[in-house]
Amino acid sequence: MSELTLLLIRLAFLALLWFFVIAAVGVIRTDLFGARTAAAPARKPTKTAKPVSKPKRGEPRQMVVTGGPLQGTVINLTETPITIGRATDATLVLSDDYASSRHARLFPQDGQWIVEDLGSTNGTYLDRSKVTRPTPVPLGVPIRIGKTVIELRK
Amino acid sequence: MSSAEAAPVPMTAKRRGAQLAMLAFAVVIVMGAYASVGLSLDGKIPAGMLTYGLGLGALMLAAYLVLAKWAPWADPLLLPLVTLINGIGLVMIYRIEQTGQDGASATNQLMWTALGVVMFSATLIVLKDHRALQRLTYTAGFAGLGLLVLPMLPLLGTEINGSRIWIHIGGFSIQPGEFAKLALVVFFAGYLVAKRDVLALAGRRLLFIDLPRARDLGPVLITWGVSIAVLVVEKDLGTSLLLFGAFIAMLYIATQRTSWVLIGLLLFVGGAILAGMIFSHVQVRFNGWLDAESNEHYFNGTSFQLMEGLFAIGSGGILGTGLGKGYPDRIPFSFSDFIFSATGEELGLTGLMAILMVYALIVERGLRTALAARDPFSKLLAGGLSFIIAWQVFIIVGGVTRLIPLTGLVTPFMSAGGSALLANWMLIALLVRMSDAARRPPPQAIQDEGLTQVMQR
Repeated sequence: MSELTLLLIRLAFLALLWFFVIAAVGVIRTDLFGARTAAAPARKPTKTAKPVSKPKRGEPRQMVVTGGPLQGTVINLTETPITIGRATDATLVLSDDYASSRHARLFPQDGQWIVEDLGSTNGTYLDRSKVTRPTPVPLGVPIRIGKTVIELRK
Repeated sequence: MSSAEAAPVPMTAKRRGAQLAMLAFAVVIVMGAYASVGLSLDGKIPAGMLTYGLGLGALMLAAYLVLAKWAPWADPLLLPLVTLINGIGLVMIYRIEQTGQDGASATNQLMWTALGVVMFSATLIVLKDHRALQRLTYTAGFAGLGLLVLPMLPLLGTEINGSRIWIHIGGFSIQPGEFAKLALVVFFAGYLVAKRDVLALAGRRLLFIDLPRARDLGPVLITWGVSIAVLVVEKDLGTSLLLFGAFIAMLYIATQRTSWVLIGLLLFVGGAILAGMIFSHVQVRFNGWLDAESNEHYFNGTSFQLMEGLFAIGSGGILGTGLGKGYPDRIPFSFSDFIFSATGEELGLTGLMAILMVYALIVERGLRTALAARDPFSKLLAGGLSFIIAWQVFIIVGGVTRLIPLTGLVTPFMSAGGSALLANWMLIALLVRMSDAARRPPPQAIQDEGLTQVMQR
């Protein structure tokens, strides 16, 4: 083996290592730079096909925990209701003395998401008002359950 | 690359294709590394390349299939990243074995990797829901303590290279401390979920930080006592630092109070200095670190290994000498504690940075899992597990580059050593399990009506 070949192999190997790192970052770029890059190609086929159940503009896509111990958790909204509480089978499991085991439920109806208190001890608050019956949740309005604050986002 | 099923709303994609491609890429890099070692050593592609390369490939394919079956929503990057690090470790050990250094055996390491993958698969298959671990909080705590104490027992434990951290069962020697750290992180997570509210209470205010109440210092002091005991009795600086750091970091994640970090740092530095003054073996380590360049410490062996490692990294420079072109046999134990220095000589700063980036990405995926987790226990467990990977890398890399005193910790997935490899593969299995739970879409309703709904998990 000539020195030159070995030098080339050495450089090629280092380049390959870094290429691996870059490829790995490429796989997770949606995590680093937000969902926009990934969501765009995913939405394209919907424009042509336009099925009824697809979310229209202005409809929430995600439920984001903005306050409390679970801050940062994001749940993608599908057709299924989301239960919130201390019970381990809830979609969002809280460990909060101020939350009940089955505290509240979020479900979609006619294109909007409704929050419903499930008879909790300390109540569910939509912005400042207590939720007494199923109430529609606008985008970006905080829902407070114990120490946890969640909101719906596009 | 995304899953083909037509979901009503774009969900987190499974990204199986990306995972498989990255996995294949990692195996190709490892085989390239083998070829490169052989070409510069004997001028031909080594016979080992196919056995080791394909062996690793087959193992990882098996791990991938288990993952695809039992944790389909798991993070796509964890497995490929770990594969690359493990593979580069294998190549380095193979390369050091070629120099004839005692104790380096690539075949052994490949066998342990295989066992590691078996443990990974077993953990994924047995542990369907990681929240079951929350019920075992105190069991895990006692198991962890028991494993830590095990090497102290007269018949079982043996002292090797000045540390009493090994036990012998049959023909095998195991480091129970490696498994203890997993059990203890599970314990810390379960304990802190229950006690975080109390520990977050503020007491007196000093300057600009809220100190916790004096009566809440108990858990910190107990953990501190245990780590100091590990340091003094087992002479194991690494595990001691690892345990205490993990507890402080998880306490910080749970309570979001900086004061705990400050208290932890003060306690540990204070304890370490005190131990350094009282116990000779700690003192020797300190002297070898502070005065590493003195002739006295170099020639009487206190800092010989450390300095040889630094010389190796230095001679590697920016681009390295090339795989197979360095002198890893000059560093004692270059296949275990000092594998990072040996790699630094042959791959240079460029290669070391790439490896550190891969570690950083593993930690990032773990923390991302913690962020996305839907219950506090998973958040703390994922945060704690990713922290101990980062912390381990920091302690050993800081040690061999003389940033902090040298401690006998393994470089995760790279160093030769069965126990560490098994424990770290189990750790990755736990992270994979949790990322699967965090990325899985919410349960789907079976029938579509009314207020009562049947859910399928």
